[in-house]
Amino acid sequence: MTTRTDPTWRAAASVVDPELRVLTIEDLGVLREVATDRDSGRVTVTITPTYTGCPAMDVIRDDIRAALAAAGHPGAEVVTVYAPAWSTDWISETGRAKLAAAGIAPPGPAGTTGPVPLTLSVRCPLCGAADTEQVSRFGSTACKSLWRCRACREPFDHLRAF
Amino acid sequence: MNPTDVPTQTRLDHLLGLADDALVAAQRLGEWVAAAPELEEDVALANIALDQLGAARLLLTYAGELEGAGRDEDALAYLRDDREFRNALLVELPNGDFAVTMAKLLFVSAYQLPLYTALTGCTDERLAAIAGKARKEVAYHLDHASLWTVRLGDGTEESHRRMQAAVDEIWPYTHELFTPDPAAPVDPAGLRDAFLAAVEPVLATATLDRPADGWAPSGGRSGLHTEHLSYLLAEMQVLHRAHPGARW
Repeated sequence: MTTRTDPTWRAAASVVDPELRVLTIEDLGVLREVATDRDSGRVTVTITPTYTGCPAMDVIRDDIRAALAAAGHPGAEVVTVYAPAWSTDWISETGRAKLAAAGIAPPGPAGTTGPVPLTLSVRCPLCGAADTEQVSRFGSTACKSLWRCRACREPFDHLRAF
Repeated sequence: MNPTDVPTQTRLDHLLGLADDALVAAQRLGEWVAAAPELEEDVALANIALDQLGAARLLLTYAGELEGAGRDEDALAYLRDDREFRNALLVELPNGDFAVTMAKLLFVSAYQLPLYTALTGCTDERLAAIAGKARKEVAYHLDHASLWTVRLGDGTEESHRRMQAAVDEIWPYTHELFTPDPAAPVDPAGLRDAFLAAVEPVLATATLDRPADGWAPSGGRSGLHTEHLSYLLAEMQVLHRAHPGARW
């Protein structure tokens, strides 16, 4: 396992989520591990999907292989693991700030109290008002819900706690 | 039960039961895309279908590897005939009106949530990992179906009438989900209490009558399906069969 300053980790970590292009897979917590085989020099990248049916995963795998090839490591293997299951709690502070800057309200803590995490209040990422309402539990991608700000009237996406 | 004590064919049938429930449910939900009552619902049903499809792909891939006959997820999804599908009858039933679709989603998710939760702790680590992902997603499906059931049941006279009719129509098909199977990684018979604990309060809040238990059609787990599955498969499989190996 390599450290986060290793060039191979940096190459894999530069890959952005094709549906949330402001975030890298490192920001998202999708990138789990990068290992280089001591003998063959072959790089293995371990990732975990946000949602099982997330169509971005195939693109992410291709982009990882391309990024590593560009960094001088052709033929990298991408392994997908499912346990422990990804949680929005794994999104880094940097990632949350990037989301908010892009007009997407970042998730609250996923918690384990109820079957569906309760969202107490989602602040409008555009004007900062707390007077918002959910329009639909499901949004433009599997990980988002659709909201509206009652103060500035703008609709916005919210990455729901998961 | 330890998975190594169970014959491979039995384990395969169980995996296909889980996978086919998810795959057929996804295909049915997909029929609503561009036809739902409102745009937000189009998006919601497509997202739920995508979750089910995601679980189906992982389970089918696993089933193909366990079988060891070289069949991948595509071969299992597109090249099996109706008699080889192991899904419960409930998921293959036509969508009907929106109330019927919500009744189906309510019952399927109220079954899948305790099922996946229990599977998370089973000795088959790969199945437990898939269930751990799917469990989190299904919690949202149950929430969504519950909200709509209440909204329609406790809505207008017409929406109440339709939601009650939908619940009455689908209820008999829920019994098959809980057919005892001691060799299964989680015996479905033990899940009915959790199912009722999730469903009954929703029906009560929605001012709907919980139907009496009686007629209990079954056969899906052994490949004996309603005629509806063949039509669904024809549409789902035609492209792959007409153009084997086609890629986008």
